[in-house]
Amino acid sequence: MADAKRPPTAMQRPLSPHLQIYRPQLTSFTSILTRITGNGVIVAVMLAVWWLLAASASDSDFALADAVLTSWFGDLVFTLALWAIWYHFLAGLRHLYFDAGHGLEVATAEKLGWACITLSVVLTVITILLVQ
Amino acid sequence: MRYLTARKRAEGRGSAGTGTEHHWAMTVSSVGLAFLLPSWLYIFGSALGGTRAEVLETFARPFPAIVTALILVVGMRHFAMGATMMIEDYAKGTTRKMLIIGAVSLATVTAATGLFALVRIAL
Repeated sequence: MADAKRPPTAMQRPLSPHLQIYRPQLTSFTSILTRITGNGVIVAVMLAVWWLLAASASDSDFALADAVLTSWFGDLVFTLALWAIWYHFLAGLRHLYFDAGHGLEVATAEKLGWACITLSVVLTVITILLVQ
Repeated sequence: MRYLTARKRAEGRGSAGTGTEHHWAMTVSSVGLAFLLPSWLYIFGSALGGTRAEVLETFARPFPAIVTALILVVGMRHFAMGATMMIEDYAKGTTRKMLIIGAVSLATVTAATGLFALVRIAL
């Protein structure tokens, strides 16, 4: 069998670039940020669900949840989460574009990366102004 | 002795063993969420900071209630699958299994709680 004939010594494979000499790139940064923002948003979703449950329950429950969500802490969490979800939204659209086989040249990918970062801030500000 | 060759075992399914199933499910849910998110951000953002009566009035209306329900169902499944992907990259063995079960449970409980609240408000 093919498996049995393999020589005992492991095949020589190229090593990953060493982390300490690996220059950070915009493309890897925007990719890692997609994962962090996507997973981090769960905190805001859980707070929002707690708030909705409290609203459905009673005045006193709602008063507590509302006090937490509209406090400076709540404002901080929801502002960060709003930026995070807009970033994740744009990065996701970029991934759909990548998946279709477009925009994979380094120069284009970097431009799209900057577009995600810039537009996420713009959309966050617009949303905050819109819902105030 | 293995009767299947390595090629035969891997063909069409890749190292994950399930082919592109996971990736495709993420693609489909991401398109759904891309349509839902702007509306939902407006609905939730406008409701947040209102009195309890205003909040109840908002989520008793069909459009805000349905969009919120869809965001919960599609979004929490998207989260569960995305978190699973992240855990698979960084953890292995029993830790990996426990973290995946934890992430999927968290997503399911969050969705179920939100849907319960919506039903109580809207119906």
